[in-house]
Amino acid sequence: MALATFWFILTAVLWTGFFVLEGFDLGVGLLHTVVARDEPGRRAAIGTIGPLWDGNEVWLIVAAAAMFAAFPGWYATLFSGYYLVLVVILVGLILRGVSFEFRDKVERSGWRRTWEATLTVGSLLVPFFLGVMLGGMLHGIPVGQNQEFSGSFADLFSGYAVFTGVTLVLLCLLHGAVFLALRTTGTVRGRARLLARRIAPVTALAVLAFLPWTHSTAGKGVLPSIMQLIAVLFVLAAAWLVTAGHEGWAFTATTFTIATCVLSVFVDLYPRLVVSSTNPAYDITVGNAASGNYALKVMSVVAIVLFPVVLAYQGWTYRVFWRRVSADHYGGRVARPSE
Amino acid sequence: MRRDIQAAGSTVSQLDLARLQFAMTSIYHFLFVPVTVGLGFLTALLQTAWHRTGLVDYLRLTRFFGILLLINVAVGVVTGLVQEFQFGMDWSVYSRTVGDVFGAPLAMEGLAAFFLESTFLGLWVFGWDRLSRRVHLAAIWAVALGGALSAAFIMAANSWMQHPVGYAVNPTTGRPQLNDVWKLFTNPVFLRGYLHVLLASVVTGAVVMLAVSAWQLRKGRAPLVFHASARLSLVVLVPTILVAMLVGSELGVTEGKYQPMKIAGAEAQWTTCQPCSFSLIQVGGGKNDQTPTKIIEVPHLLSLLATNHWNGKVLGLDTVNSQYQAQYGPGDYVPNIFIQYWSMRVMAYLAVVVLLVGLWGLWLLLRRRLSTAKAFQRVATWLVVLPFLMNTAGWLLTESGRQPWIVQGLQLTRNGVSPSISTTTVAISIIVFFVLYAALAVVEIVLMARYARREPAAAPPTSEVPQPAPAY
Repeated sequence: MALATFWFILTAVLWTGFFVLEGFDLGVGLLHTVVARDEPGRRAAIGTIGPLWDGNEVWLIVAAAAMFAAFPGWYATLFSGYYLVLVVILVGLILRGVSFEFRDKVERSGWRRTWEATLTVGSLLVPFFLGVMLGGMLHGIPVGQNQEFSGSFADLFSGYAVFTGVTLVLLCLLHGAVFLALRTTGTVRGRARLLARRIAPVTALAVLAFLPWTHSTAGKGVLPSIMQLIAVLFVLAAAWLVTAGHEGWAFTATTFTIATCVLSVFVDLYPRLVVSSTNPAYDITVGNAASGNYALKVMSVVAIVLFPVVLAYQGWTYRVFWRRVSADHYGGRVARPSE
Repeated sequence: MRRDIQAAGSTVSQLDLARLQFAMTSIYHFLFVPVTVGLGFLTALLQTAWHRTGLVDYLRLTRFFGILLLINVAVGVVTGLVQEFQFGMDWSVYSRTVGDVFGAPLAMEGLAAFFLESTFLGLWVFGWDRLSRRVHLAAIWAVALGGALSAAFIMAANSWMQHPVGYAVNPTTGRPQLNDVWKLFTNPVFLRGYLHVLLASVVTGAVVMLAVSAWQLRKGRAPLVFHASARLSLVVLVPTILVAMLVGSELGVTEGKYQPMKIAGAEAQWTTCQPCSFSLIQVGGGKNDQTPTKIIEVPHLLSLLATNHWNGKVLGLDTVNSQYQAQYGPGDYVPNIFIQYWSMRVMAYLAVVVLLVGLWGLWLLLRRRLSTAKAFQRVATWLVVLPFLMNTAGWLLTESGRQPWIVQGLQLTRNGVSPSISTTTVAISIIVFFVLYAALAVVEIVLMARYARREPAAAPPTSEVPQPAPAY
């Protein structure tokens, strides 16, 4: 049981890490055509995440794999229940992933527009539908006695689940805009700052509604948990720091806002994994969905050894590329051979 | 498929579609994986050659083949996501039942391999002017290592489906639980299967490099540069495919021991034989016609291939089927014979063709005629199609040969499928992925052809790449 809880925490951390890191990638994907009208500016915007997005996306793969390995019942119920939602998420991830690589390969504006469109659409589909899934786990979906999903497609779109998706999209937008302001120069930076200032109040309002809704959905009243109180403080701080123009601190604040928002869903979820709207007795829980002790022990050793190493080299990568990307760098130049 | 109809009644089309979807997406994904692994390794070799010799030709080749590698990685990575999610989506009962064992190597794959590969790929692509030459070289090797590691974990998981080891069935839940993780990685099917896949990947990368170099040599562009890459690919290709064939043959013997149906099916051998001959081509031999017309027979060869003994005994399909019926209950345990018979032959025959063309190339290389041998250059360019056919055939042989089991002896494929998914749902998903994958294939082929036919960039801009100089 203790090991299962450890894996619940680790899974929650992986999902949180994904939304924090891929959050700004998704935001940049959504905003790259808005912050820059010309080719050098757009390339600079994409260039801010070019070396990073692929490694960030691995957090999602590992989160899914961790669920599969540590809680096969969670993975099986959730992924089969959200079948078509996952098809859409996969389409979004595929379109996004190839857009980065394909966009600069042909020097034609029609070609580029195509991959800009797929990047934008993919960056919208992914956070929204992942949010629907995340919210649905807590809100509850029809799950039968055999732990299998027993509802219809429409059952996946409760008001709370949809709002979770909307909140995540807004969080990604703000996170991405702040990231762009922090990592670019000149016109692109100026537009990103302006955008961040416009998005910040909307996102803050959404988060302020999302947190109590989460808590009451979990049947724990409207008084927020400690995690949610922290989230409130961070989102207010983010809104203020964005307006005040402190890019570095604003990015820190949006980072913690996303982290605490996602974590608060998991905190309210525990010890359940997928709430059954059919009957509370059919809930998928840490207790009834976990793998055996031996498997959890083996994976704990692997995770404890490897996770710090991964964090170290990913952190180092951020240091290597933590330099502002300027549109001038791409001005009138053809693609670098191996980009 | 017929068996499933009889056995599973109303869920039949959903099961068939789920299988079709898995086959389609896996085959597609595995077109790109071997190129990524193989070309990653060869690109790392090229960059190492540049690092060691300082010759700018090697740098040009590194960047040239680096782009081809990246175009492949893009599609390989995103189609891999589908694989990771699909177990839960289409095979929820399977996932729920075996996640305790099967999930562990997948989680390890993510932590140990995917992070490594993706992070260092970003460092390599964007780090030419930000990292020291030595660290930048290490980055491409980390990418290559990540690819090889990833294949190791997924092969350990797959080998468990072929020959489950290291588990005990929990008496309460009836589900297999991991009790010895080392057994997953010392599984005899894994050891041979992994080596085989790794070698096949290097073969694929080498053939792609050879094909592109041969085309470029024929067009006479930068002949010295592409002579170097043609040489490297040939020197790697010939020994690798030889060993790959030997290991593949050993894998056949191992699988024959644990999955006799797979090997008997590959020969359409309905009755037990000793010694057993091998037919080069045959007509018939399927389930409704168990007496095939063998066109050319090689005596003793099947015995040798299947058991490593001149007079080895090979159990016939009917014999094994009766054994399985006694052991697991009534049913038809024979896989699709047509797929078994022909996938094995396509793989083996094409491997011989690749080997012969490779030897031809080596001979030309030794006689210093590689740059002028137009006929060879033409053939070598078209050779690029073969590894993809071989890789696909190899997987068909091993996966279709496991049927009707999803995990040999533990769970039938029809019992692993998601019960909550309708036929329409899977059909929608297949159509979506088919259209998307077809579009990606077109873009991929267009881009590969475009970049493979470009002249390699002359000298890289000095601001981005330090000139080869004795810096350290």
